[in-house]
Amino acid sequence: MRFAFTEQQTEFRDAVRQVLTKECTPDDLRAAFDAPAARTDRWTTLAEMGVVGLTVPEPQGGLGLDLLDLVPLLEEAGRSALPEPLIETTALAAPLLAAFPSGPAVDWLERIAIGVVTAAVGPVEVISGSAGSTGGEATVPAAVGADLYILSSASGVHAVPSADVTVTPVASLDPTRRLGTIDWEPTTTTLIASGEESREELVRLADRASVATAAELLGLADRMISIAAAYAKERNQFGKPIGSFQAVKHLLAGARVKLEFARPAVYGAAWSLGQVDLAGSPSGSRGASLAKAYASDAATEAARVSLQVHGAIGYTWECDLHLYLKRAWALAESWGSSADHRSRILASLVVELHQTQA
Amino acid sequence: MNTTTDGAMDLRFTPAQEEFRAEARHWLAANSPAPGSLPSLDTPDGFEAHRAWEQTMFADRWSVVSWPEEFGGRDVGILEWLIFEEEYWRIQAPVRVSQNGVFLLAPTMFEFGTDAQKARFLPPMASGEEIWCQGWSEPDAGSDLAGIRSRAERAPDDDGWLLTGQKTWASRGAYAEWCFGLFRTDPDAERHRGLTYFLMAMDSPGVTVRPIPQIDGEPGFAEIFFESVFVPDSQVLGGVGQGWSVAMATAGSERGLSLRSPARYTEAVSRLVSLYAERLDRDPARAARSADAVAQVWMDAEAYRLNTYWTASRVLAGGTVGPEASANKIHWSETDLAIYRTALGLLGPEAELTGGGGVAGNPWLDGFLFALAGPIYAGTNEIQRNVVAERLLGLPRA
Repeated sequence: MRFAFTEQQTEFRDAVRQVLTKECTPDDLRAAFDAPAARTDRWTTLAEMGVVGLTVPEPQGGLGLDLLDLVPLLEEAGRSALPEPLIETTALAAPLLAAFPSGPAVDWLERIAIGVVTAAVGPVEVISGSAGSTGGEATVPAAVGADLYILSSASGVHAVPSADVTVTPVASLDPTRRLGTIDWEPTTTTLIASGEESREELVRLADRASVATAAELLGLADRMISIAAAYAKERNQFGKPIGSFQAVKHLLAGARVKLEFARPAVYGAAWSLGQVDLAGSPSGSRGASLAKAYASDAATEAARVSLQVHGAIGYTWECDLHLYLKRAWALAESWGSSADHRSRILASLVVELHQTQA
Repeated sequence: MNTTTDGAMDLRFTPAQEEFRAEARHWLAANSPAPGSLPSLDTPDGFEAHRAWEQTMFADRWSVVSWPEEFGGRDVGILEWLIFEEEYWRIQAPVRVSQNGVFLLAPTMFEFGTDAQKARFLPPMASGEEIWCQGWSEPDAGSDLAGIRSRAERAPDDDGWLLTGQKTWASRGAYAEWCFGLFRTDPDAERHRGLTYFLMAMDSPGVTVRPIPQIDGEPGFAEIFFESVFVPDSQVLGGVGQGWSVAMATAGSERGLSLRSPARYTEAVSRLVSLYAERLDRDPARAARSADAVAQVWMDAEAYRLNTYWTASRVLAGGTVGPEASANKIHWSETDLAIYRTALGLLGPEAELTGGGGVAGNPWLDGFLFALAGPIYAGTNEIQRNVVAERLLGLPRA
């Protein structure tokens, strides 16, 4: 039992934080709101650092690491509300391609590692309610401008190039989500996995998505709480900082406690998904659902509280807070809401109980 | 860096730890009284029955596993203690009547006690021969503990102190043999200064105990009156005038890791899921209305378990529990209450039934009443939120 990150993991996290503090400022986010893009100079910087190719196997030019190594970096991505698709490309597409290393998959992996390909991942109905929808059609994040689309059909899992899909943009409260609906036809040339192994891989993909999204939500929650705590120290009313009033303290403390307990839940789930006997197992999936539900609730509580602490200024476009609020609200409902995940956990527990009683 | 503090993350236990778990499970299965078979520990008979269980555990070195062997322990680490607790709660072994001593006073005594104090007090604490109660609260000092008025003056022969004052809400005070608490030794000092930590025998001349029935009707609390009670110098813990910092060390362990191990909650939610599944067959509509709450408290318990191992790993790597202990206390106390509140919701009209033999006849109701106290004792959750805001978020004091 050693439940802590290694010095190397912590150092990599610090390096990414340093870069994003400079290259993903609130002004940068405002620019991304105006002109959302899949690949940017920032993405190239992250690729050069090894972040984008972190989960790409070493023979294809990546670092060959896993979700547990990526989680602290995703937390930093969340802290800066990174607009680029680190979840879709590095947490989801690359490990899936690496699991089925056919010719095209190897080619995609090599291009992901050097930062010239970003991915979008289509709806996976493993967690009920996990896919967004508009009039019955699923909306896919990071879809507009992606180079590679990981999509599933009755025949299996496909890696589809942008030339073979038609993406219709769908507007989001957070334009950097680059939502779209995807029109495509499954063909044998794009098929990378089929049958039982593709179904098992989709469960693992959904669990990875839950944990990766949860990790970004941790960073977002931490950022919103620190913005609000800083404001509570400098804003004076009744002749003193509002942060000295117990009513304000308790709002922020409540959000901090939720975050405190969400962190180990996410780290523990990431570790489990890296264990061959736990990844894709009922207990591994429950851990992933716990991570997502806890992080979603921690982030939405941090969003509610940080807005309340700001008062009217927080409700303006001018104040930076909304850049983080909007991402938090979107990610909280992405890959299963907290209620979806609670429902998935309870169903799994009841099945297991009946199995032990049988 | 050695491998125990800088290996890769690993949430599995070592083979030696699993062996320790198997040994604990085996011993508890052979020796623990059946769940709910002992009378309430807040009754005279129940108190003695729970003391006898402590003695049984002590005889085979299971009452204080983390203590050094010379005091009756097994000298195992914090992870093994957590493993022992998991097995203890799994089998639903009795509530620890000695918990104030072994979980709260002992960590303070290991840190601040003299060798003579440790030799005198720890073995009978471990065996249950001497049960301890806490003397913190006073009629005018609750959340504002620094408002303590009970005082101590030098005894005429200058070999100890004469204690005068009143302590209240002392859990197990009605039957305990010993009491630990704070008294003001410097009447001119303000607030946190001039307090001293004393160890008092409850049968000392001048001590009067008035039991106070708790919400379940049993005398779980006591008021303790001190009238010029002589306490020798050998029963001062830490230095004279150092009482506040010594006491805060105890409060830290109470909120931190030692008082409420996660197993208490993970086992309760596992029983709650069984209750839910059973009601799902009998009254599906009612069960469905509680489904979200059942899943939520299962998560709360699991998150607490993970957070505890996260904190334990930090402590093992040389870190401290720190102000995160306040976040911890808020989480476990609210989780406890939510678990039992959810169970009562599933029980519906059966929730209020006691079975005629006191609340112990309905374990969910009994647990609910017990859990109600959690957000109040060990520093109210409102005080803990102040600590989180001031020490973790850096907000200014009022």
